[in-house]
Amino acid sequence: MAAVAHPQPAAHDGHRITQTHAEVTRDIVATLERPSRGYVLLLASAVGLFLVGAITFGFLVKDGLGHAGYNPPIFWSVYITTFVFWIGIGHAGTLISAILFLFRSPWRTAVYRSTEAMTVFAVMTAGLFPIIHIGRQWVFYWLLPYPNQRYLWPNFMSPLIWDVFAISTYLTVSTTFLVFGLIPDVAAVRDKVSGWRKSVYAMAAAGWRGTDNQWRHYSRAYLYLAALATPLVLSVHSVVSWDFAVSIVPGWHGTIFAPYFVAGAIYSGIGMVLTLIIPLRRALKIEHMISEYHFDNLAKLTLLTGSILLYAYGMEYFVGWYSGNTFEQTTFFRRAFGPYWWAGWTMIICNAFVSQLLWFRKIRTNLTSLFVISIFINIGMWFERFVIIVSSLSNDYLPWAWSGINPTWADWGILAGSFGWFGMWFLLFAKNFPIVAIQEIKEMIPMPRKRGGHH
Amino acid sequence: MAFRKQARRVPGLLASFSHVDAAADAIRALRARGHRNLVVYTAAPNHEIEEALDHPVSPVRLVTLIGGLTGCAAGFGMTIWMSHDWPILVGGKPIAAIPPYVVIGFELTILMGALSTVAAVALFSLLFGKRGVAFDPRFTDDQIGVFVPGSGDQIEPLEQMLRSAGAVEVRHEAA
Repeated sequence: MAAVAHPQPAAHDGHRITQTHAEVTRDIVATLERPSRGYVLLLASAVGLFLVGAITFGFLVKDGLGHAGYNPPIFWSVYITTFVFWIGIGHAGTLISAILFLFRSPWRTAVYRSTEAMTVFAVMTAGLFPIIHIGRQWVFYWLLPYPNQRYLWPNFMSPLIWDVFAISTYLTVSTTFLVFGLIPDVAAVRDKVSGWRKSVYAMAAAGWRGTDNQWRHYSRAYLYLAALATPLVLSVHSVVSWDFAVSIVPGWHGTIFAPYFVAGAIYSGIGMVLTLIIPLRRALKIEHMISEYHFDNLAKLTLLTGSILLYAYGMEYFVGWYSGNTFEQTTFFRRAFGPYWWAGWTMIICNAFVSQLLWFRKIRTNLTSLFVISIFINIGMWFERFVIIVSSLSNDYLPWAWSGINPTWADWGILAGSFGWFGMWFLLFAKNFPIVAIQEIKEMIPMPRKRGGHH
Repeated sequence: MAFRKQARRVPGLLASFSHVDAAADAIRALRARGHRNLVVYTAAPNHEIEEALDHPVSPVRLVTLIGGLTGCAAGFGMTIWMSHDWPILVGGKPIAAIPPYVVIGFELTILMGALSTVAAVALFSLLFGKRGVAFDPRFTDDQIGVFVPGSGDQIEPLEQMLRSAGAVEVRHEAA
């Protein structure tokens, strides 16, 4: 007997969906109707921002990385900061779609599709940054192990090569997970729309009809995909953290880096989820599906990961002091009182302290305050990576080489472009595919019974 | 689709149900009388329907396991072989160092495990799926569909059975 793979709502979860199956299909298919003027404007500005990035990239290809504000000994700055930022954003999506699936959390159902889409597009954005950063972007494939005329292979002892494997696996698996979850929903849309859209959705549905045979394999496979994605998401940001921790730069060489980065990634990702779905649910008129109940739970997750960050920040300073190592101590002193003190305090205030406001239920369930907090989280988490990367590199073991960076239009242009690129894909997705999982919502709603009562 | 030959239509009855317990009753009654070739359509996986159908566990898990193990072997095999193919001694460490290669082995386990799982679903849906069976677009919305193959004088008692179980509509599908 095939087990039901999806979470069932508990009687005490305080949130039952009162709609019928037909109403769920109708309301979600309605989100795919003609876009409003606001949507078109938003999409146009995302594409505009993306073009800014694309033109900047053109200059980087033509003239080289000299346009960006690198300054010896700092060769990792805004691009790598933004790379880690976007990779981190992705992690909340997989946490919600895979880990909470395995934990049978009923509240994930309404929000997981949008967070999973966010994951895929954030990783797609992040993946561009190492390529932009390597300087000769047209030979990025040298990172991959492929037979070449010099019989050279990559150095598998380098965390940078681990990163190549971790991130390409993450992108592939999270895309697979998203597309696989979409198939039954696309079939439901196919059976509701007409004209040319019907043929497009029919192609995308890959012959899905919801037969017993299809569900039997599908439900099992979904469970295994979730089980595979769960350790994957924890590994990806650990590997990213080892890019730093495996080196001997003061401020980077810490054993807490992997869990510290994973918690930070999930924290930043949920911040981005809140920034995206608070306006989205209103624009798509799905307020009854994504309600206070979901935001309360998202906020609790933010509070948990924010508190882990508070602890990790404290521990970083403690380890710096307790190590008795002058270089380590100097680095942490300069993080708080050195030339980048403003970045250091932005990170601590936005991440460790602002999240503590979420102890109050009033704040957790007030969408305006949550939205404002989510913006602080986005800013704070970008600065966290900036602080770790730039402030550590700016003062290493040789004080005569200490330096700072001067970010230029090339840095900001690519940063802005990355937001445009991400926003463009997310907006296109939200208008063309069901942003709330139709079949999983239906699974939570008991079907009508001839004899009345519940199963 | 144009590139696939249209499968021959299977004759039989296509019943739709609004009530989940009615559909489960019909499935049990049909199976009790030896109709094992049913096709049941639901918009979401459903506990009661699965119990009534009593299918064995999907063999997808075996493919996931094989894919994952292949990925793991490929990850370690590739890194160890490539290190020995152009040996460079660094810092007195072994030419092929296992601890850092765990990362590659792990990532490829996940990658191949996931991709083979999805490939298995596609394969099993094609292998075990029945072609040319009637469908109704309401089955991805809020109705449960049960298709029973049959023809000739089987039809009359089958329709009786489906209606008495609570089918809201029974359609005759000719060949």
